[in-house]
Amino acid sequence: MSVTANAHVEGHSDDHGHHHKETFVTKYIFSQDHKMIAKQYLITGLFMGALGILMSILFRMQIAWPGESFGIFEAILGKWAPGGVMDADVYLALVTIHGTLMVFFLLTAGLSGTFSNLLIPLQIGARDMASGFLNMLSFWIFFLACIIMLCSLFVESGPAAAGWTVYPPLSALPMSQPGSGLGMTLWLVSMFFFIVQSLLGSLNYIVTVLNMRTKGMSMTRMPLTVWSFFVTAIIGVVSFPVLLSAALLLIMDRSFGTSFFLSDIFIQGEVLHYQGGSPVLYEHLFWFLGHPEVYIVILPAMGIVSEVLAVNARKPIFGYRAMIASILAIAFLSTIVWGHHMFVSGMNPFLGSVFTFTTLLIAIPSAVKAFNWITTLWKGNIQFNPAMLFSIGMVSTFISGGLTGIILGDSTLDINVHDTYFVVAHFHLVMGISALYGMFAGIYHWFPKMFGRMMNKNLGYVHFWVTAVCSYGVFFPMHFVGMAGVPRRYYENTAFPMFDDLADVQVLMTVFAIVAALVQLVFAFNFIKSMFYGVKATVNPWQATTLEWTTPVEHIHGNWPGAIPQVYRWPYDYSKTHDNGEYIIASQDYVPQNVPLFEGEEELEH
Amino acid sequence: MTALLTIIVLILVGIAIWQMTKIFELSQIGRSNTQIATDTDNKYNGYLMVAFMIFLYGLTIFSFVKYSKTLLPKAASEHGGEYDALMLVSMLVIFFVQIITQFLLHFFAYKYKGKKGKKALFYADNDRLEFIWTIIPVIVLAGLILWGLYAWTNIMDINDDDDPLIIELYAQQFSWTARYAGEDNVLGDANVRMIDIDKANVLGVDNSDPNAMDDIIVKEVHLPVGRKVNFQIRSQDVLHSAYMPHFRAQMNCVPGMITHFSFTPTITTAEMRRDPMVVDKVSNINERRAERAALGEENSDPWEFDYVLLCNKICGKSHYNMQMKIIVETEEEFNEWLASQQRFGDSMAAK
Ligand code: HEM
Ligand SMILES: [Cu+2]
Ligand SMILES: [Cu+2]
Repeated sequence: MSVTANAHVEGHSDDHGHHHKETFVTKYIFSQDHKMIAKQYLITGLFMGALGILMSILFRMQIAWPGESFGIFEAILGKWAPGGVMDADVYLALVTIHGTLMVFFLLTAGLSGTFSNLLIPLQIGARDMASGFLNMLSFWIFFLACIIMLCSLFVESGPAAAGWTVYPPLSALPMSQPGSGLGMTLWLVSMFFFIVQSLLGSLNYIVTVLNMRTKGMSMTRMPLTVWSFFVTAIIGVVSFPVLLSAALLLIMDRSFGTSFFLSDIFIQGEVLHYQGGSPVLYEHLFWFLGHPEVYIVILPAMGIVSEVLAVNARKPIFGYRAMIASILAIAFLSTIVWGHHMFVSGMNPFLGSVFTFTTLLIAIPSAVKAFNWITTLWKGNIQFNPAMLFSIGMVSTFISGGLTGIILGDSTLDINVHDTYFVVAHFHLVMGISALYGMFAGIYHWFPKMFGRMMNKNLGYVHFWVTAVCSYGVFFPMHFVGMAGVPRRYYENTAFPMFDDLADVQVLMTVFAIVAALVQLVFAFNFIKSMFYGVKATVNPWQATTLEWTTPVEHIHGNWPGAIPQVYRWPYDYSKTHDNGEYIIASQDYVPQNVPLFEGEEELEH
Repeated sequence: MTALLTIIVLILVGIAIWQMTKIFELSQIGRSNTQIATDTDNKYNGYLMVAFMIFLYGLTIFSFVKYSKTLLPKAASEHGGEYDALMLVSMLVIFFVQIITQFLLHFFAYKYKGKKGKKALFYADNDRLEFIWTIIPVIVLAGLILWGLYAWTNIMDINDDDDPLIIELYAQQFSWTARYAGEDNVLGDANVRMIDIDKANVLGVDNSDPNAMDDIIVKEVHLPVGRKVNFQIRSQDVLHSAYMPHFRAQMNCVPGMITHFSFTPTITTAEMRRDPMVVDKVSNINERRAERAALGEENSDPWEFDYVLLCNKICGKSHYNMQMKIIVETEEEFNEWLASQQRFGDSMAAK
């Protein structure tokens, strides 16, 4: 292994003296450089995320002030909000596209796509991804998926509206709702391309991590970021193909009259020919991806948070091996818990018992991670950079949201909260907000690496604190709405007088949501302004140990101007001292990975 | 009102932070501007960590005080009592953990805020500690799992012991229908292919099945208190979910398949209306409705508590208004009501 890696290192550095001439197109558009592709993913993902958040504001306004007329509805939704009053079908469409954009486009492609691309080669000491061409291809397929999804917003009958899980028969029968016509076709086609890009990307990440590590970079010397991207890619390769098949079968049911998911249907006055299919089968296929998907979203965030916490606490991450073990355990278990989304789907209740068991098992590695993060802060010398704040925020929301998972994972308790706002509150905290915080942490932390400039920290502080208050302000009270029995995906709750006394909470949550959305503008401003006018970054602004901070601030193709640095130690030698209490390197509280062990220094068995 | 208050508070918080950053910035003039946290940043953000922790606890208390009374009243079914107990214990466990871990997280963040010259402790590992916090969740979760699984097995064991009442719940976009099995307590066969709208056979009940003749098709569910009910659940078009929150009951309605749920109602509608929590909730709600009525708004008549069946699986445009009333009453009242309903055989013969 190390021999081949070595050979590669030398072979590549040789042919790096001569530089191919870059044109604007090859540098910024059809770039094969992983750093540029990372930025492309980031900006595209953020754009899609901004749209998703805008949609959430629109439908939150509808829930808080049901049936009210708003000029902004009329302006944005046009004929779908006659007189400024949102239409019920459009409500469902907004919820659906919001979920899709957030989960897939922002937090899968935008998060994992950005940081896997940026950090894998830089942190393992490789000049680029295993295949730059495939990498470029996967971004452009992603871009195509985005375009198709955006087009679906403009079709006459409206975009897909069956919920982001697109359960058939609702999603399969155009007569069951307008969104299941052309809008759903485009949704499926877009997701098809999305899956393809995800597979191409993941394979690339896996191969790169396995084959292209620099000399000395053993698996147990990899930063936790790389570990989490690596395992995320594996989960993606295992589970996305199953979604692909579900989507293909659904397309066949829709367009070619097959009956994989449909049976015994009478709708709009006529019996349809479908016979023998089962919607429950679709649910199994969907959630076989769907559950791992939430870990695809959260693992990269966990990796980023682990790294940022260590750097800014000036301490090693606590329990490095346990962290790796829990990533692996989560990855394995995440593929056998999908049934907890289906306790009351009509599947065999015995299966429900099995899934309860596996689900509560997965709580254990998650708990270990949370405790390890907290211990990492203990006796640290904490530097409150914005990335650090978001990392601490992530630990907080991950705990809050994870704990309610204990309720939902228990088949008995799930009976009465399944598909209520309790679920919405749970997954937003544990997956949505946590992963988003992880992503922000990553952006603030590696902005200097991506753009060569620093983001403004004071704007970062405002961004964090207001977002932190508002996220809890939206999603903590939401648990009560769920416990009161309010189902999700309701256009308004006024049809049930028993929900009247929740009107205040709904308003409260919407106000918090609007403020949260507005403060993201501070981030957008900071991001764009810093890109062009930020303070110039130094080589290693956060005084971190990992290899990406040994590359020059100005990007070059191939990452290191000279030979690739060799690695001699694990990535968490922060505040390590000699026996006499002096730092290993005098007056510097960290030892980069490429610094050989000193005489008498022992490499701890982590 | 709350809205206005929150907006004001948030704006004030925003202004305060903005002003603070301004002060920081002014005090930074002349010093190097690296955009890396300084000791001052560390200090203020450390304090904010404590403030945030107080906010989090405050929000928790506020929500409990203010919103507890909006929650569902006590369970009106036999298994519901156990459900509520398990929920309570699980909630206690998670709130206990939540309060402690959030405290540690924010307190450590505050206590160990950075300062120039301070040394962090190189502390990479401790097998004992990690073992402890692996094993404690294992034990607690094992307890909850065992209890949960025991309850689940009982709830999902749907059998014909104790002479259950058999009722079919039938879902379609966007309404519910119920079918009682009649004297023989056996439902007649049915399939969507036998639906005949002209003859008002909307459930597709088999005309030729003798079991079907005494079936009773209604738009309101009546249940006798204390008698087990076995629901057989069907859908004719898309997925729906039969959600009866007051009974802690839910099961999806799947086209092409019959799903099942069973419970024993224990509290009649009349009794539930006298329950203190329900009385409180109803008067609360009616106050609001009276306010709205005074403004001349629609949908503001006084409300009386009733059990209800809701649709809880996205099913299209009117998903939000797919409901049916459930009435739990005494055996006699129930029998009287049932006797007054038309039988399927008679309704067909009438055509
Ligand atoms: C400003 C922030 C956000 C607000 C106010 C918000 C609000 C909501 C609400 C109220 C719903 C439920 C609608 C319903 O069921 O009727 C919802 C659905 C959803 N949200 Fe968010 N959300 C936000 C951010 C996010 C983020 C960051 C994610 C990323 C994971 C996300 C993912 C989802 C998903 C997957 C759904 C389910 C969609 C469906 O049911 O089909 N949201 N959001
Ligand atoms: Cu899951
Ligand atoms: Cu429905």
